[in-house]
Amino acid sequence: MNKRQLVLEDGTVYKGEGFGSQRKISGEVVFNTSMTGYQEIISDPSNCNQIVVMTYPLIGNYGINRDDFESVAPCMNGLIVKEACSYPSNFRNEESLDSFLKVHDIPGISGIDTRKLAKHLRIHGTMRGLIMDQGEAIEPIIHALKNMPERKDQVKQTSTLKPYIIPGRGKRIILIDFGVKHGILRELTKRNCHVTVVPYDYGIEQILRLKPDGILLSNGPGNPTYVLDVMEMIQVLLKKYPLFGIGLGHQLFALACGADVKKMKYGHRGGNYAVKHLESGQTHMTTQNHGYEVVKESLQKTDLRVTEISLNDESVEGIKHNTYDAFSVQYQPESSPGPEDMSFLFDEFLQMITNSQEKNEVDKHV
Amino acid sequence: MCEHKQIKKILVIGSGPIVIGQAAEFDYSGTQACQALKEEGYTVVLANSNPATIMTDHTVADRVYMEPLTVKFLTKIIRKEQPDALLPTMGGQTGLNLAMSLEETGILEKYNVKLLGTSLDAIQRAEDREKFRSLMEQLNEPVPESRIVHTVDEALDFADEIGYPLIVRPAYTLGGTGGGMCYNKKELQEITRNGLALSPVNQCLVERNIAGFKEVEYEVIRDKKDQAIVVCHMENFDPVGIHTGDSIVVAPSQTLSDRDHQMLRNASLKIIRALEIEGGCNVQLAIDPNSFEYYIIEVNPRVSRSSALASKATGYPIAKIAAKIAVGLTLDKIINPVTGTTYALFEPTLDYVVTKMPRFPFDKFTTGDRKLGTQMKATGEIMSIGRNFEESLMKGIRSLDIGTEELRLKNLTHLTEDELMDRLLDKDDERLFVIAELMRRGKTVEQLFAVTKIDRFFLVKLESLIRLEEELMNDKFSKEMLKKAKKLGFSDEHIARLWDVTVDEVYEFRQTKQITPVYKMVDTCAGEFESETPYFYSTYEEENESEPSTRKKILVLGSGPIRIGQGIEFDYATVHSVLAIKEMGYEAIIMNNNPETVSTDFSISDKLYFEPLTVEDVMDVIHLEQPEGVIVQFGGQTAINLAAGLEKRGVTILGTNLEAIDQAEDRDKFELLLQNLDLLRPNGKAVLTKGDAIQAAKSIGYPVLVRPSYVIGGSRMEIVHDEDELLAYIDKTMDENNKHPILIDQYLTGMEVEVDAISDGETTIIPGIMEHIERAGVHSGDSISVYPPQRISDSAKQQCMEATVKIAEALEIKGLINIQFIIRNDDVYVLEVNPRASRTIPFLSKITGVTMANLATKCILGAKLKDHGYESGILPEETEQVSVKVPVFSFEKLRSVDTTLGPEMKSTGEAIGYDKTLEKALYKGLLASGLSLPQQGAVLLTVADKDKEEMLDIAKRFYELGFQLYATEGTAKFVQDRGIPVTKVEKIGSDKPNVVSIIKDEVVQFVVNTLTSGKQPRSDGFMIRRQSVEHGIACLTSLDTVDAILNVIESTTFVAKPMANKESAF
Ligand SMILES: Nc1ncnc2c1ncn2[C@@H]1O[C@H](COP(=O)(O)OP(=O)(O)O)[C@@H](O)[C@H]1O
Ligand SMILES: Nc1ncnc2c1ncn2[C@@H]1O[C@H](COP(=O)(O)OP(=O)(O)O)[C@@H](O)[C@H]1O
Ligand SMILES: [Mg+2]
Ligand SMILES: [Mg+2]
Repeated sequence: MNKRQLVLEDGTVYKGEGFGSQRKISGEVVFNTSMTGYQEIISDPSNCNQIVVMTYPLIGNYGINRDDFESVAPCMNGLIVKEACSYPSNFRNEESLDSFLKVHDIPGISGIDTRKLAKHLRIHGTMRGLIMDQGEAIEPIIHALKNMPERKDQVKQTSTLKPYIIPGRGKRIILIDFGVKHGILRELTKRNCHVTVVPYDYGIEQILRLKPDGILLSNGPGNPTYVLDVMEMIQVLLKKYPLFGIGLGHQLFALACGADVKKMKYGHRGGNYAVKHLESGQTHMTTQNHGYEVVKESLQKTDLRVTEISLNDESVEGIKHNTYDAFSVQYQPESSPGPEDMSFLFDEFLQMITNSQEKNEVDKHV
Repeated sequence: MCEHKQIKKILVIGSGPIVIGQAAEFDYSGTQACQALKEEGYTVVLANSNPATIMTDHTVADRVYMEPLTVKFLTKIIRKEQPDALLPTMGGQTGLNLAMSLEETGILEKYNVKLLGTSLDAIQRAEDREKFRSLMEQLNEPVPESRIVHTVDEALDFADEIGYPLIVRPAYTLGGTGGGMCYNKKELQEITRNGLALSPVNQCLVERNIAGFKEVEYEVIRDKKDQAIVVCHMENFDPVGIHTGDSIVVAPSQTLSDRDHQMLRNASLKIIRALEIEGGCNVQLAIDPNSFEYYIIEVNPRVSRSSALASKATGYPIAKIAAKIAVGLTLDKIINPVTGTTYALFEPTLDYVVTKMPRFPFDKFTTGDRKLGTQMKATGEIMSIGRNFEESLMKGIRSLDIGTEELRLKNLTHLTEDELMDRLLDKDDERLFVIAELMRRGKTVEQLFAVTKIDRFFLVKLESLIRLEEELMNDKFSKEMLKKAKKLGFSDEHIARLWDVTVDEVYEFRQTKQITPVYKMVDTCAGEFESETPYFYSTYEEENESEPSTRKKILVLGSGPIRIGQGIEFDYATVHSVLAIKEMGYEAIIMNNNPETVSTDFSISDKLYFEPLTVEDVMDVIHLEQPEGVIVQFGGQTAINLAAGLEKRGVTILGTNLEAIDQAEDRDKFELLLQNLDLLRPNGKAVLTKGDAIQAAKSIGYPVLVRPSYVIGGSRMEIVHDEDELLAYIDKTMDENNKHPILIDQYLTGMEVEVDAISDGETTIIPGIMEHIERAGVHSGDSISVYPPQRISDSAKQQCMEATVKIAEALEIKGLINIQFIIRNDDVYVLEVNPRASRTIPFLSKITGVTMANLATKCILGAKLKDHGYESGILPEETEQVSVKVPVFSFEKLRSVDTTLGPEMKSTGEAIGYDKTLEKALYKGLLASGLSLPQQGAVLLTVADKDKEEMLDIAKRFYELGFQLYATEGTAKFVQDRGIPVTKVEKIGSDKPNVVSIIKDEVVQFVVNTLTSGKQPRSDGFMIRRQSVEHGIACLTSLDTVDAILNVIESTTFVAKPMANKESAF
């Protein structure tokens, strides 16, 4: 194991041992507090280009298995841990974290005081960082990090190039892929939906021709304001079909309806976020993974209302359209990883579709 | 809170005396609950018969009843207090069972007392094995194939159907009492009979054995809005088959993927919702290491040992939150007390690894059956925190205070590989060390996995630790190696052995190389939110989060894991010391490692360091905090034993100084002291060799009392009647104790009294003298002690007082001192002096109203008793009431442990009884201790020749009371010859009715048995005593106890007596 280090744009340096790939790479450094589910997190397209710090110290204990991926190929830029387990133990274990990251050319650093690092990010906010060998001069690096232009193409990177179909006999769902997690697809197929996954920049006409029952705006990576060219599509679809947005999809839905979105200081990343449903007064455990949030105040000028808020910081976690059958949530109802308490939202989505269809039937006949 | 508006007064039931399976954790949860309820403005009435608890302090509840925890007495309390509601879920199994009886007997309805938190129905569906099974079927949650049985035959039928191995689990018992694994018909018969006898509803579950699965626990909380969360999940290092209470447990689970985890989490939440519990609940599951298949093992619809552990492991105070939920608050409204900024509705996330290790009593019960199974045997536990598993484990071993700081036990090093493999198969309390030893002998992870089924994840980690030992040996004084070893939790002492240098050399080297620990905060949220919790653990990493304040600080050392001889009493004293320190305006810092106790609740002290109690770990904290000094006298022998090492490193020991401690504990110095003060003591000698021992015993004259020096709870202490016994004893003890001499004392028979005193160096006050029912020879901790004394003369009292004052002055005691005396025809002999808080502090404090630990702490910090209006002497005695402290044992959990009372302490807990007269107090105390006092029935007498004369009067009195007398041959003849009708019973083995059968068939309610002499286990006497225990029959081994019980029965019954025939006088 050779000596590696993480250099942050504010000049702080964390030294440790390298594992996985040995390449030099930069990215936005964020921390995630989930105790389990590292495989899902590593392969979550929403983490595209990010360097993720795991606060739980032992990562890799149960190895990497063939089932729990959230995408075909992970696209995160780095993984920072306290300890990377070299002898995983679980009946589904196929390979160690180290060898998996090597194969996918993702660098990792272990032996880091991850609690110190996480607190640093909490206090100073997420920032850019670079994984490199120890010994190299860091001044130029810091300079470079400060002036590095922000990447704007994460959605392009993670979205599918061609549409594809996951056939089913149930409702026809068009899933706009901004970097979809397999978890969402699992939830839909579990409910035997007929899912057509289309690229985020797919043409409106083409979508209409697919005669969907409902639209799902998927999760995805990065800053929503870099994909504003999908605004029109969302506005059109919103008026025609029941719509459900998740994560980035939720933010884009909000933007399309005229709300604003802002970057959070260090975001929500973990499996223990309490979200309060305002109508029922019920609070649930959710998994979250977002660095941007919908600006509550900005909703006043729109046709949207807040349905759910984060119990602790009261940030917007769910919104609903006042006139159209459309709602969205900031958290991950598909969990994977994390608590599965919110998966019923997919039923509500399908129920919403049924209701609107019945309504349309009635309208036809009168 | 709307629906609970009308509720103002709430009755909380505690868990009573401490027994294996139900220990200090319920003092912690109970105390939290009471405080939480008071916070919410309720009036709290508490019932708990355990005087050694913080929760029975008048400051914790508004009204405290230390009455027996029986329906009869609780009904009295309810009638008197008229509470609006009852909180049954804080008192362990005892609390639940009582609540159920109160409901079933209609008491709750009659006085319309509302049951809070968990409905009776829920309790039954969780506790009743049959109802539970059908609930699981409803929820289609899997449980192992099983059959509910009420007779042994039913069990055998089931066995015929599905075959062996099977496991028997009695209903409504705690700590798996009476349960066990059966590999054949004989075992099944025996264990089922035993289990049925011990189950209050005479019901057992016979179940397919799923030993070898992973055992996992989930701590769940739910509120009335049906909002439910998992506070903590824990994985047992030991697979299913070893009771969780006896397993090494790790939090969070280490080898579960998110899918495994979510599956079990969902199941746990489903169950608590189905039971509609409003509060906390513990779900135990077993998961197949090779598939997603899992089973529900059991559900505890209440706070538990595990919930206490989870609270300390995460920082999330389950009992406190559960209590608030019980009165109608909801999780989304309660603030998370740790962060102070977020809400209680969230699932704590850890950024460290927690290890819990059980503490076993086999250092005292050397003949006990060490095999671990489904019945709990540990008396206490420790918790340790690290940033990796290895560190956490190694800190855990240090915390156990079992004479090793490493994965190594001396007594295992000279076993052969085969012997070790046999030990491994036995899965006994030392298995962890057996595994390590086998690894040193080259056994592979796979080989060990094959036998133990312990997850390879853990075995690989153990192996890496053994490897590191080798690396270290080959790399003396390497800074890099030292760093590495420290990160993996190796102690200086451990490294010193491997480098073959002194601890001080390692310590110095470490200091010069500046390899010192940092302290991290336990904050429930892995640093995501800012927290103020003053709760820290050490680790070898970069950032230190524990900022010493500028205030003057005092460091208090706790007493570590609960064990026989060092129980919850010491935690009680520690907590009071901490509170006193705060009162005096200092910052109070506590170091301790027991997750069950109140002292490790971070809201008690200004700062809590959850750490092992070794010189090294304490020094590290001292380097950081720079306290004025350290208080060791409240932490039992654990803390006292650290004094020398600490002072050697320049630490100020506050209170009584080191020389004094040494004078009291070093035999020769102690003798000299008493000589100078011309006080009597049983004459005796300290010897180092066999030869001297024989000489000494001869010159003193048998019987003599022998023991190693420097022990608590009279460990390895025996009364020896002749030279053979002496030699046998020496062979047993010498080798391990070559460090310290063996003490040989003249065995004095007489009345034993105990004194606790407080001194400031000038004034010495004695809040009270306690007199023991049992004569000297029965350990003070196992005797029934009485306050105020009933039998000793004023002159004896005077002598005790004078002796105490003399000794306190001579030793310049600052703080507490405990002295035990033997009074023999009005001469007072000094038995021992403990320059520290003793077992009797809480009892005495509560009945005399003198808050002794508090006062003592103030003396330690320089306050003068005079200024508090005291002057030397005995404080005025209580005249209104008599109080007794009655020991409680856990023999039913400890197979093949001899129950005879002797100089070795055996009790695990105590109960209190107080009333106007001694008899009434005894009645309550005995009842509270779990003894039933039948007004008539039958008694079996079988006593040693030396006791026959004395036994006669007892036989008479039983007869007069109308009891049927049974006796073994010798005893029967003796009684018969003196004209008392008695039925002779045959020896063991001979055809029924024989001495054992009348116990098994529960013909008798009492057995009076005294020890023939020496301790040959497996003797007939031993059989008789064990049989009594297994069948829940009181077996009394001291005639003094019997005498006391007779007094009680006599004073509570009327006997038929013929008129005396006056004529015949002429
Ligand atoms: N079917 C089974 N096969 C093997 N071991 C079992 C089985 N059921 C329980 N056990 C073991 O017995 C222990 C005690 O059982 P449990 O029902 O939890 O009793 P308690 O009420 O004392 O906690 C468990 O911790 C588990 O290790
Ligand atoms: N010389 C003696 N004669 C009779 N009984 C004794 C004598 N020494 C000790 N004992 C009995 O043994 C018990 C334990 O002895 P003690 O010195 O108090 O050890 P410990 O440190 O365990 O308290 C005492 O409570 C007393 O009943
Ligand atoms: Mg259990
Ligand atoms: Mg004693």
